[in-house]
Amino acid sequence: MDLNKQGEKNMTDAPLPAFVLENSNAGHTSFPGERSALICFIKADCPTCIAIMPLLEACFRGMQDKIDIHLIGQTLQGNLELADKFDLHAPLLDDSTLKVSFVYDIEIVPTLIWAIPPGQENKRLEGFDKAEWEALLLDVVEQSQGSNRNTTKFPAKSESTGLLFDWATLPKWRPGCASLSADPVIAERLQAEADNNPLRARKIEIAATDDAFEFMYDQGFSDGLPLVPPTPERVLRMLSGTRREAQELIAKVPPNMGEATIEKIAVNAVMAGAKPEYLPVIIAALEAACTDEFNIHGVMATTMGASPVMVVNGPIREKIGMNMKLSALGQGNRANATIGRALRLAVRNIGGAKPGGTERSALGNPMKFTMCFAEWEERSIWSPLHVERGFNATDSVVTLFCMTSGPVLIVDQTSRRAAQIAGSMGMCLTNIFHPKAQMVSDTLLVVCPEHLDTLARDGYSKENLRNRIQEITMLPMADLVVDDNSGVGIPTDKFANMSSEMQQSKLPKFRSNSDIHIVVAGSDAGKFSGAFHGWATGSTGSISVSKKIEET
Amino acid sequence: MTTILDPTNESIPVERSLAKRNGLISGRLALLDISKPRGNILLKKFENMLASQFPDIVITHYAKPTFAKPAPEALRTEIRDNNDFLIEALAD
Repeated sequence: MDLNKQGEKNMTDAPLPAFVLENSNAGHTSFPGERSALICFIKADCPTCIAIMPLLEACFRGMQDKIDIHLIGQTLQGNLELADKFDLHAPLLDDSTLKVSFVYDIEIVPTLIWAIPPGQENKRLEGFDKAEWEALLLDVVEQSQGSNRNTTKFPAKSESTGLLFDWATLPKWRPGCASLSADPVIAERLQAEADNNPLRARKIEIAATDDAFEFMYDQGFSDGLPLVPPTPERVLRMLSGTRREAQELIAKVPPNMGEATIEKIAVNAVMAGAKPEYLPVIIAALEAACTDEFNIHGVMATTMGASPVMVVNGPIREKIGMNMKLSALGQGNRANATIGRALRLAVRNIGGAKPGGTERSALGNPMKFTMCFAEWEERSIWSPLHVERGFNATDSVVTLFCMTSGPVLIVDQTSRRAAQIAGSMGMCLTNIFHPKAQMVSDTLLVVCPEHLDTLARDGYSKENLRNRIQEITMLPMADLVVDDNSGVGIPTDKFANMSSEMQQSKLPKFRSNSDIHIVVAGSDAGKFSGAFHGWATGSTGSISVSKKIEET
Repeated sequence: MTTILDPTNESIPVERSLAKRNGLISGRLALLDISKPRGNILLKKFENMLASQFPDIVITHYAKPTFAKPAPEALRTEIRDNNDFLIEALAD
C-alpha cells in the first residue's frame, strides 16, 4: 500500500482477510463479525505502542458494546507483559506466528484499522498522530452512535469526540516501530508459508537429527561440492530475480526430459550459491542448452568429456558484477562461479545427467563443475561476441559453447606483429582433437588484452585473425594419412584411391571461419591468451547457441 | 527440522524387472545402429548369429541419424510398434 499522507494508507476494495486468534481470556476471537471493528496491531517493545495502551484500553471500555475492538499483539510474552502492566480489560490477541500481521501487510506498529461490515477496510493509520487518531475515533463514534455521541460510555473527555479521555497525556506524534512481520528473514518465511505462494516443488523435510548438507549428498543432488539448502525462503528470494511466472516451463531437459520450470531452475540456482540477480542468466543459459542445436544430451553423454562454456555479454555483466578481467576464467567471482554451476546442477537434477548414468565421460572434465565468464567488451577493439551473432550491443546475451579441453594457454611473449601473434594462436590450435584431425571441431578463442594490443597495432580485424589461423593450420592431405606414428587420420587405402589433385590439396583446421569464436577477456598484463577446444561441431554434434537475457 | 524443495523433476523411476527368459526368440527383432563407427560390424555379427540359431525371427535394421543425439520420436515409435525385441549397438 502507498502512503498518501503521513501515517495514512490508501483504502482498497478487497475485504480484509478473516482471522481467528487465541485471546488472553483463553478463548478465540474471530474477524469479521457483524459489527464495525477497530483492529490495532501492537508489540510490547514498541515505545509508541506502550504510550497508547491507555487509549486502547479506554476505547475498549467505552466502545465495546458498539463495535469490536481487536488488539493484536505480535509476541505472546509481550501480550502478557502489556496485560499486566496496564491492567487491561481488553483481551489481547496472540499473533505470535505473525501470519495475520503478514497478510494484513503490517509494516509499522501501531497500525490502527477501522473495518466496517462485512470486513471492509475503511481507514488505516500507521504510527501515532494524535490529531489523526482523534479524528478517526470521532468518525467511529459518530458512525456507531449516530448523533448521540455525547452519550457514549467512553470514559474519556474530548471536546471533539466527546470521549472521556485525557488526550493531553498522549504525545502529539510518534513514528512507531517496524512490525516483526516486516523483518526480512521472518517475512521470507511468512511468504513461503502463505497460501498464495508460488512454490509447487515437492517439499522434503530433513529431520532435526540429520545434517542437511549430508542429506543432500545422500540424495545425489550434489556435483561433489557442498550445496546451499534450497529452503522455500531461499527459493522465493531467488524467484525475486525474475518477473517470469514460477511455473513457466522453460525447457525439457534430457536425458529424462525433465520439465525445467522457473521454480526448478531457481531451486538449483539456490543450491549452486547464486544470487537472485543471476537467475535471468541461468534461465537463458538453460534455454540455450536444451535447444536441438546445442544438444546438451550429447554434450553431457559423450565419452569425450564435453561441457558447456558460458560467455555473457551486454549490460548485465556489470549489473551483476561478473568478472571479465584478471582471472576471468578462474575462481574468485561469485557470479562467474555460481551461474556456471547452476546450469550444471539443473542439467544434473532436472535432466538426470549424472556420471555413471548417461554421463559417460572417460576422464571427466573440471569444467563440468562450472565455466562461465564475461567478455571485456570495453577493452576490445572488435564487435563483441553477441553483436557478431546478431544481437544489439545493448542486449544482454549468454552464449553457450561446447568445450572438450581448455582453456589451453597460448604462450607468446615475444611476437611484436599481428601476423606473428595470430600465427602463434593458429599453431597452438592444431592440437584440437588431434594434430591430424582437421575440420571436425571449433574453438572459442579468448584473446588477452596484451595480445589484442599487438593485433590492434597492425589493424587486425577478427576476420583477419580467423584467416591467419586457417592459413597457419592448413595441412597437406598427405600429412594427414595414418602412419606408424599414429593410427589417426586418413586410411592409407582411402588416400591411395584419391585423385592426384585431391592428394595434393590442403585442409584447414576449421570447416569455416565461423567455427572460430573470438572474445576478449583477461588482465591488462600478461601475454597469455587461451583457447577452448570444441567438440564435434555441426548438426550431428553441438552448435553454439546464444539467448537474450531477460532484463529485470 | 529443515525443509528444502526438491531440485529434481520428481519423476520416481519405475523399477522394471526383466521378462522371463525361456531360451527361445521368435517374432520381430529390431537391430538399431546408433551410427558410431564399427557399430554396424557388431550388429552384423549379431544378425548372423541370431539368424542361424533362431530361423523364425524377422530382423529389421534401423539406424539413428547420429549417435550424439537421442533417437527421433518417430523412429522410437516405429521400432516400438513393429517389433518384439530390440538390440541397440553401442560402440567405443
